[in-house]
Amino acid sequence: MRVIEFNQVSKLYRLGRVSSGTLSDDLNRWWAMKVLGKEDPLLRVGEKNVPSQKGMSDYVWALKDFSYCVQEGDALGIIGRNGAGKSTLLKLLSRITTPTAGEIKVHGRIASLLEVGTGFHPELTGRENIYMNGAIMGMTKAEITRKLDEIIDFSGCERYIDTPVKRYSSGMRVRLGFSVAAHLEPEILVIDEVLSVGDADFRKKATGKIQQVSKGEGRTVLFVSHNMGLISSLCTKGIVLSNGVMDFSGTAAEAIDHYQKVSTAKIAQQALIIDCIDSCKSIVEISEIQINNTPYSSSALTPCQQTLDVMIKGTTHELIKCEIKMVIKKSNGTPMASFLEGRYKGFHTVFQPGEFTITRHIRLPKYIANGEYLIDLYLHGPYVQNFFEAHNCHKLSVDGFCDQLARPIEIGTDGFIGLESV
Amino acid sequence: MIIKPHEKLWHINFAEIWQYRDLLLLFVRRNIVTQYKQTILGPLWYLIQPALTVIMNMVVFGGIAKMSTDGIPQPLFYMAGNICWFYFSNCLNNASSTLTANQSIFGKVYFPRLVVPLSLVISNLLRFAIQALLYIVLFLFFLTKGANITMNWTVLLTPLYIVMIAGLGLGFGILISSLTTKYRDFSILLSFLISLWMYATPIVYPISMVDNNSMRLLILANPMTSVIEAFKYATLGQGYFSWLALGYSFCFMCLVLFFGIIFFNKVQRNYMDTV
Repeated sequence: MRVIEFNQVSKLYRLGRVSSGTLSDDLNRWWAMKVLGKEDPLLRVGEKNVPSQKGMSDYVWALKDFSYCVQEGDALGIIGRNGAGKSTLLKLLSRITTPTAGEIKVHGRIASLLEVGTGFHPELTGRENIYMNGAIMGMTKAEITRKLDEIIDFSGCERYIDTPVKRYSSGMRVRLGFSVAAHLEPEILVIDEVLSVGDADFRKKATGKIQQVSKGEGRTVLFVSHNMGLISSLCTKGIVLSNGVMDFSGTAAEAIDHYQKVSTAKIAQQALIIDCIDSCKSIVEISEIQINNTPYSSSALTPCQQTLDVMIKGTTHELIKCEIKMVIKKSNGTPMASFLEGRYKGFHTVFQPGEFTITRHIRLPKYIANGEYLIDLYLHGPYVQNFFEAHNCHKLSVDGFCDQLARPIEIGTDGFIGLESV
Repeated sequence: MIIKPHEKLWHINFAEIWQYRDLLLLFVRRNIVTQYKQTILGPLWYLIQPALTVIMNMVVFGGIAKMSTDGIPQPLFYMAGNICWFYFSNCLNNASSTLTANQSIFGKVYFPRLVVPLSLVISNLLRFAIQALLYIVLFLFFLTKGANITMNWTVLLTPLYIVMIAGLGLGFGILISSLTTKYRDFSILLSFLISLWMYATPIVYPISMVDNNSMRLLILANPMTSVIEAFKYATLGQGYFSWLALGYSFCFMCLVLFFGIIFFNKVQRNYMDTV
């Protein structure tokens, strides 16, 4: 059964000035549309919402002609970069604002967790706020009373339940808010990035609850997150939004795959690594360099990726003994790690004059920090000579590895490598 | 349910408001409970405010300006006008900030937005009731002292007067609230409009004092005039009671409420985009 049906849904936003409409714009529009019966003169047809580019008009389609059917029991993951229209979609669905064109048919009660703890009043106690928050989300008083014990228990705030919420820590507030939301019984649950808060323990509990809602109870869940691990574990289907337009729809795994490919390709439309070579000995000519399987000077490391591939192709006019040297640096230039087997292992590869290809699959530490890194690449020989040097030739964006429900470490605060217990 | 770009203007889902009645009551409770949290005097402020105002009125208008009160003891006369006016101005003031003050909730979750101004009208009603008690105590006190006050049958119409005051306050309030989402000028305008409006309403003076005919008509054009005068007439026996004037105010209230609700309903659908 179709639970939600998006039919050519579009949403228009106006950029620039704070005030929505000036009188002259309003009049101009009214004249053209109502009196002359023309199209809206302030919209340029076909203009895409690309945040980084300067547009032709002050108006922008946050969502354009979006059509999709959500079946009963689906857990739909919505993926996209910032500004792709994900939140707009959820806002339209939860009736916070209305679409500019198109319509959405919904069968069943919707509850949205756009932000937990909505409507908490700092002066009221936890218990009173449970009622308040529950009622705002559409529960009746009787329903809340029936589930009160369960909610308090789930939140783990029992001791503080009769204390005003203003004395709660922010984590407790979130937990209380999520507990209320988790005990709603809507046919359709809409969730926007709420699981990025709270401690690991609570996140696990919350994810378990969502899993139970979607898989166990067969209700429909719409889920927006940047955490691909979470999407793949919670969702059955996935769509990718890009600049307000649907880019891909399929299973969750396919959608994640598509999204990651596209985002890598996007960054890669830049300079070639080979153009970054600073100095090169005349005995070798380099024809191609690939880092992370791309010849371009930037790429992203996917969260599950454990190896980094480096490949150098070229021709040599003499016999050479050489090895790859790669230094991973913080974006401020501080070296973080080196691949330098020529030094600490004494390995060297011998190439006869002619064409050569040298490839290394470099194993990365498992728990690597989230951040942006620069790479220096060298081809060096045994006697401290470099056949070529390419400083800052590649920018590597790393999401950082973490187990499914956890968070990766940050390069700025935690260092480069996460250690493990045995 | 179908979510569409445009709904008909008069498409207002009253059944939905009824479904959310629990929320309405919780909002009422919240408004009352949180207002005087962390104050020493607490709900006593409900009484201090009108008491001080009445004393001030007695000093300025009764004492210095020597304005007539139609032979009614000054405290009673001023109290009658002031508690009605407080109810009206509180409804108007609170309702007018509905959309701007609740952005953070309205931007996150949907519920019928009209619940919020309605809850304000109800919680202010409670406040009015407490102040009315003070009025009754004063009334009994002056009655035993033999003051020239007579209650008459029109006191039975008081519930109607209260509904009219609430309706006018709510109607104007949500109308202004809808306008403020686009132009903030209206909230600035409102703050001094209320104090000016008070002087155009016979609160510190009886309408019988206004003998200039065109001036009298102007004051009667104010929809609050007939209600407050009728309230004074009902409880104190002195005042201006006219079915015509009350009928005018009632029609005025219906119109304001009608346009207020329609406009509010239209604005709340999309205002999150612009506010």
